[in-house]
Amino acid sequence: MMVQSARLLGPVDPYLIPALDGVAYGLLLFVAASGLVFCFGVANILNLAHGLLYAIGAYLAAAVLDGGWGSLLLALGVGTLAAAGAGGLLAGLLAPVARRDHLTQALLTFGVALGGGALLVTAFGPDSLPVRIPAALDRSVELAGHRYAAYRLVFIGVAAVIAVLLWLAVARTRAGMLVRAAVDDADMVACLGVNPARIRLGVLGAAGALAGAAGVLGAPIIGPAPTTGDTVLLLSLVVVVLGGLGSVQGTLLAALAVGEIQSLGVALAPTAAPFLLFAAMALVLAVRARGLPGRFLRLRPGSTP
Amino acid sequence: MTPAPRRWLGRAVLAGGLAAAVAVPWSVDAYTTSLFARTLVLGLVGVSVALLTGLAGLPTLGQTGPYAAGAYTSALVAMHVSSVGVVQVLAGALAGALFALLTVPLVVYARGVVVLMITLAIGELTVTAASRWSSVTGGTDGLAGIPAIRPVWGMDPLASDRARYLYTLVVVGVVIAAMVMLLRTPAGLLLRASRDDEARTRASGHRVTGYLAVTFVGAGAVAGVAGSLLITAQQYVSPADFGFDVSALLLLGVVIGGAASIGGAIVGTALVVAVRDWLSGLLPGYAPLLLGGLFVLTAYLFPRGVAGFSTDLANLVRSRSRGRTGPGDRPGTGIQGRPSRGEPVAAAHVSSGERR
Repeated sequence: MMVQSARLLGPVDPYLIPALDGVAYGLLLFVAASGLVFCFGVANILNLAHGLLYAIGAYLAAAVLDGGWGSLLLALGVGTLAAAGAGGLLAGLLAPVARRDHLTQALLTFGVALGGGALLVTAFGPDSLPVRIPAALDRSVELAGHRYAAYRLVFIGVAAVIAVLLWLAVARTRAGMLVRAAVDDADMVACLGVNPARIRLGVLGAAGALAGAAGVLGAPIIGPAPTTGDTVLLLSLVVVVLGGLGSVQGTLLAALAVGEIQSLGVALAPTAAPFLLFAAMALVLAVRARGLPGRFLRLRPGSTP
Repeated sequence: MTPAPRRWLGRAVLAGGLAAAVAVPWSVDAYTTSLFARTLVLGLVGVSVALLTGLAGLPTLGQTGPYAAGAYTSALVAMHVSSVGVVQVLAGALAGALFALLTVPLVVYARGVVVLMITLAIGELTVTAASRWSSVTGGTDGLAGIPAIRPVWGMDPLASDRARYLYTLVVVGVVIAAMVMLLRTPAGLLLRASRDDEARTRASGHRVTGYLAVTFVGAGAVAGVAGSLLITAQQYVSPADFGFDVSALLLLGVVIGGAASIGGAIVGTALVVAVRDWLSGLLPGYAPLLLGGLFVLTAYLFPRGVAGFSTDLANLVRSRSRGRTGPGDRPGTGIQGRPSRGEPVAAAHVSSGERR
């Protein structure tokens, strides 16, 4: 069987598993980073505490999960709610400085990230925690002649469902309409009578919920540890930069690209892959800053050279 | 307060600070002295961050790049070429400037948050390179066994923490004095003009991008010197010295110090490093919490935006260069100087009314 499929797939075969891992990793990053995209695109907030929201979900998953299905649902509910609450709290903290520049917001949110990370370490200890997934998923399945972790396959499915739901929410609902309008022209939305404070609260709460859900579901992939917050924040920033703020699809593509670079890239080009991620980010930003291709990330200040 | 007493007050504070800095190694133990030396080193990197963030309007998370380039170059020079401090400092400065020169095309065309993210990427790339290129940098283990430094030819190697601290203090003092003198020339004024109103400065026929490029390379050289001093103060270097946490702490220390002020950059960085290194000894485990609280408080306590400290300076420059009267106590003149398109209504309105 194994030999047969290897012959069938030819030279692609050794890279099948890394590629699949890349998809899982990318979808995880999509769910984690989409909240950051909303923060930046809709509310114009550079939220450096975004990694903390993921870490809250991941730590709660490690604490609640005991190997049963019920605990997974419980962890998902608790983690999502707790991270959404943390996001709402962050919105409240940000309210007094909402009109200041990005550096003030960065200072505040980074302070929250540091303090919150310290509290998580105080509560859960300084070691990375093991995560017990439901026993039914804690095994491997046969896939084109390879063994593959069942949890990751299920995760890919669940994350894909979340992605579709998110796209539907943005494209079809009234809240999604507001989101798209605020990305296009935040001033005009404010003029139309939508309270910016409520948009901020809604967006940060939703970002928290997404990051928290990603933290719970992704805990077996990027597990709870003191560095989790930083890791997720940095990768999410890369996704924001590569995908732009305009669309769910852009974020999805960027997240998948980052995931593939992190796993398939390492398998294909072990020396170049670690550089590829941030080199791509720097290049994309520099090219956009020069005003080349058009409808990308709107981070650029108004003045044109 | 009128300008003259303020100037005297400033000089008194400066003299007092210098006297205290010189007295440090005689009043504390050797370990604390070495901590002070490392704080000075980070303070100098902070100064280069302040030069870019506050004066040039390019907020940066990537000064760890030239800092690392200077540090590794100095370490290699110390191990293989010369133990003379002057040579090492110059090599570090050159490496830092070269690093900045290579990355300058990525940075100078961008403004505001985009610069923040590009420099973040540059900083991360540097750390990755430092931990991967093991044959040169020693990988994640770092470079150890760096021989003791002789400040100039013919001097004995510096053997004590006190001597290394004083050497660091002298070099930092010289670099900062040179920077302050440079910034008092018309060149410094032009830099502030570019930050405060890029369009007008351009319209007056100035090559803003060129000025920013030169400033970026200069800031790279300063960070490179700091890297060379790190080798002296620490006698060891590893990628952990240049991580994201270091860049973030530097930027936030500079912001706490007032972003555009060089003295403020040192004080702010020292404060942040003190909370991180010293309080963690007194209250183990609580340093990040205190640091986080410090950042949150700072964000709330500066009513005119985080650049509030430097507003007086900016006013002075503005009234001299444009003959405008009255203080510019308005939002939107913060560190970015130029409002981004997505900014909240009031700030965007005020800015567009006043500056376009």
